[in-house]
Amino acid sequence: MTRPCNHCDGLSRSRLLHRALAEAGSGLPAIEPGMPLPAGTGLTRRHFLAKSVGAAVAVYGGSLLGLRAFEEGIAAAASGPAAPILVSIFLEGGADGLSVLSPQGDPLYKKLRPQLALAGGTQFAEDNRLYWHPALGGLQQLYSEKKVTVLPAVGYTHADQSHFTSRHYWEVGATAATLRTGWLGRYLDRVGKKDNPLQGLSLDDTLAPALATSKVPVASISGPDQYDFYSKRVWGEVEQRMLETIGLMGHQPADAGLRTAGNVAAQVDRLRRQLIPFQSSNGISGPVQYPQSNDPFPQRLAGLAAMLAAGLPLHCVALTAPGEYDTHADEPTALTQGLQLTSDSVLAFQRDLEARGLADRVLVHIWSEFGRRAAENGDSGTDHGAAGVGFLVGTRVTGKMVGEFPGLQKGLDGDGNVSATSDFRGVYASLLEQWFGVDAAAVLPKAASFTRPKLVA
Amino acid sequence: MWRGTFGAAQAERLLWRAGFGPRPREAQKLARLGLEGAVHKLTHPAREHLVGPRPHDENGRPLAPFDAWGHDHVWWLDRMVRTSRPLVERMTLIWHDWFATSNNGVGSQRLMLNQNQLFRRHGLGSFHDLLLDVTEDPAMLLWLNGSDNSKDSPNENYAREMMELFTLGADRGYTEGDVRQQARALTGFRNSWSQNSGPVNFRYDPQSHDPGVKTIFHHRGRFTWKDSCRLCVTHPDHPSFFVRKLWSYFIPEAPDHATQRALERLYKSSKYEVRPVVAAILRHPALYKGPRLVKPPVVYNAGLLRRIRRGIDTTAWTWLGSMAGQQLFYPPNVAGWDDTRWLDTATWRGRWWIAQYVLDRQALDPDRAYQPYDAGKLLDHACRFWHNPPLGRDTHHALHTFAHRALGDAKGASWKREQYPVMVQNALRQLIAVSPELQAA
Repeated sequence: MTRPCNHCDGLSRSRLLHRALAEAGSGLPAIEPGMPLPAGTGLTRRHFLAKSVGAAVAVYGGSLLGLRAFEEGIAAAASGPAAPILVSIFLEGGADGLSVLSPQGDPLYKKLRPQLALAGGTQFAEDNRLYWHPALGGLQQLYSEKKVTVLPAVGYTHADQSHFTSRHYWEVGATAATLRTGWLGRYLDRVGKKDNPLQGLSLDDTLAPALATSKVPVASISGPDQYDFYSKRVWGEVEQRMLETIGLMGHQPADAGLRTAGNVAAQVDRLRRQLIPFQSSNGISGPVQYPQSNDPFPQRLAGLAAMLAAGLPLHCVALTAPGEYDTHADEPTALTQGLQLTSDSVLAFQRDLEARGLADRVLVHIWSEFGRRAAENGDSGTDHGAAGVGFLVGTRVTGKMVGEFPGLQKGLDGDGNVSATSDFRGVYASLLEQWFGVDAAAVLPKAASFTRPKLVA
Repeated sequence: MWRGTFGAAQAERLLWRAGFGPRPREAQKLARLGLEGAVHKLTHPAREHLVGPRPHDENGRPLAPFDAWGHDHVWWLDRMVRTSRPLVERMTLIWHDWFATSNNGVGSQRLMLNQNQLFRRHGLGSFHDLLLDVTEDPAMLLWLNGSDNSKDSPNENYAREMMELFTLGADRGYTEGDVRQQARALTGFRNSWSQNSGPVNFRYDPQSHDPGVKTIFHHRGRFTWKDSCRLCVTHPDHPSFFVRKLWSYFIPEAPDHATQRALERLYKSSKYEVRPVVAAILRHPALYKGPRLVKPPVVYNAGLLRRIRRGIDTTAWTWLGSMAGQQLFYPPNVAGWDDTRWLDTATWRGRWWIAQYVLDRQALDPDRAYQPYDAGKLLDHACRFWHNPPLGRDTHHALHTFAHRALGDAKGASWKREQYPVMVQNALRQLIAVSPELQAA
C-alpha cells in the first residue's frame, strides 16, 4: 500500500522545505524527499543532489566579506545610478485563472463549473468573454489607467502539476530540474555587486529561490520592520549604545572562525542601522494608506516603498502574496480573500510609488506556479491545472494583453487544463531585455527559442 | 597527536567540539586528566546520568516529545544540556545530520525519536551496524521510500542516497547501474497504513523482495539489503569518504594527506569502528592549533544553558532554534544542514534571541539591583557571570568602551548613576553571549 496522496499536504511540505532551506542558508532546495517523482519529466533525485551547489550558492552570502568592503559597497551602490526595480509577487499554491478572469462568455464555462461559475462583474476590455474577479477592483482600476498588462494563459507546455516542481521551474526560469540558481539570482550574478546584499531582497521569512545567486550576496528579511533586537531591562541610551557595539566585537581577528562571526555581526549591525527608519516603533509613514490586515503583506509593500524612497540600493525584490490559492475545496471564500488583499495592496503600493515619484522605476510581476483544472471537483474546489493568469503592473507596461484566452472548447489540453498561450520564459526574456536591458541569453537557458512579447512601453 | 599544552583553554575547546561546552569549572577538571585522559574519558563514558533539573514546559508540565509540536526539539536539547556523556550526544547529532531524516517527510515524532535512540545507541560503535539499523529504521523507510521499494515497482531513492550521501559520496565509485541494482537488493521492506495511526507494521516481506541475481560494484550475487550495506561499507572508496566527512564535524579545515590516509587505515583496521577514529581526531593537533569552528545553533543554545546551569523550562527553544537555522528533526533535506554556513544576518539574529531567552529570567531590575558605577568592574562581573569565557582583546575593548560611554551618559543625573550600571550589566551579559568568541570555539 502506498502513502495516501494529498495535494494540500504536498503544498505545505514544499513550503516547509523552502522555509527550512532558506533558514539554513544553503541555496535552492533539492527535490522534496519522499515526494513522487514528477511523471514524464525524466527527473530523478540524483540530478538535484549531484548537481547541487549548495556550498557555492550564497543565499545570504557575504560572510567572507570584511566590514569596510561591505559598508563601502552599500554606500557606493546607493550613490550610483538608479537601477530599474523588479518586484516579484508569488501567488503560492496555483491560483485559479478561470476565476481570476472568468470566461463567462464561453459556453462551456457553466458546464465545467456548475457550482463555482462566477456571474456578472466587470468585463475585461480586451476579450469580452472574460470578466474580472470582483475582488480585483484595484488591479482593474490600474488596468483602466493602462498600468496593467494581463497574461490570460501563461505557463509552459506539458505543465508539471507538482507544486514543488512547477514552482521550481518558474523560480529557475527553465523547465530544468538541475538549475540551482534562480533566474533573478543569475541576473544579479551578472550585474550585481559583491558587497551589496540588498540588491536581491526577499521580504519574507526566507530567501525566495528565484533570488538564489552563486556569486553575489542577497538578503532576506521578514519585513523592514522585523529586524529588531531586544534585551530585557536595557533601554534608552544604554540600549542604543549596546546595539551599536554589536558590530565592533572581534573586529578583524586572525582566526577564521572568529572572523566569520565578526563579519556577520558587522553585517547585522549594518543591516540594522539601514532598517532603523522602518522599524514599527518609528512607523512607516508614507503618503498612502495601505489595507489594514493581520497579514504582513501590505506593510511589507509599504516598507518597500519607504526603502526605495530612502535610496537603498534594491534591485530585485520578492514577496509571497497573502492568501491560500491551493483551492481544492471551498474555493470561493479563500480565493476572494487572497485576491482582495493582494490587489488592494498592490494598488496602494502603486499609488505610493506615484506619490513618491518612483513609479517609473518599478515594475511588479504577479505569478503563480500553475492554474487549475477547468472542470471543478466535487468539493467546491478545483485541482491542479496548467496555464494560469499573470499580471505586470507599473507605469511603464504596455497595458496590452500578452497571449490570449484560448477558450474552453479548443484551449484545453488532454488533461482538461488550460493550454498556455504565452510562455513564462518568454516573459522573463522580455523583462531581462526590455526592463533590465541585458541579453536574456546570458541569463536564461535556450533564451533564443522563446518569443519575447513586448512588455515595456 | 597534540603535544602542546593541554590546559583549561584546550579542554574547553575539546568540550565544545566533542560536546556542548563546559559546565562551570568542567574545563579545568578535564584539563587535569591531560589530553590522553580527557579523550579517553569522552570516548569511553560511564553509564549516562542526567545532571540538573528535569525538563518541563512553560506551564510546569512534563514534556510530551512524542505528541506535542516542538517538544521533540526541547526533549533532545535537554539531553544535550544534562547528559554526562557529551560525546555520545554530539555523535547522535552528527548521525542525525549524516543520515538526515526530516519529520516533514516522516510525519511521526515517535518514529523520529525512535531513530534518535538508534543514533544514540550506535554513537561510537560500528558504522556497519549503524548503517544496517538505519536501513531498516521505520523513519528512514518512510523518508526515502524504502518501504515503497518492491520487486514490482522499485524505488531508487534510498539506494542512491545510501551511496551518494551516506557511504561513498557523489559520483564516487558507483554507476547509475549500481543504483538500480542496489535498489533491487534493497527491496522487501513494507509497512501498512492505518486510518488512525498512519504508518504501522513495518516489516521485511520476502514476497516483496527481488530474489534475482544483481551486479553491484562488479560483484554478482543474489544480494539482499544486508549485502547492500556490506558492499557499501567494504567499498574501497568508503573509508576516505567516511574519514573526510567525520573530520569535518570536528575540525573546519580538511585534514592533510598523511592524516587522511592514517585515519583511513585506522578505520579499516578497526573493522569500521567509529570510536578509534573520533578519538584520533580529538587528539589531533589541528583541533587545537587550527581556527575555531562556528557552533551549530543547538550546540550554542545548549552550551549557554549548561554554562549557567539552567534546565529546560520553556519550549521556546524550538522556534528560536528554527530562527537560528536549526530545528532538530527537521533538517533542510536529506543532505542535512550546511555546517559551513550557520551564520548570516538572519540566523545571527536568531542567536541574539536565544541569548536573550537564556538571560531573561536573570535580567537585573534597575529599580532594585545594585551594580558598581565602574566600567571595569561591570565588565569583570559580566565575564564572571558567564564563567570567564576567553574574550579576545578587540571584544574586550569594545565591551569596555561600551560600558565606559554608557556610564558617561549617566553623569548628569543621580537616578541614571544608579540605574545605568544595572542596565549596562544586563547589556554586557547579552553582548558577551553573542560575541564572536561565544559563537565559535
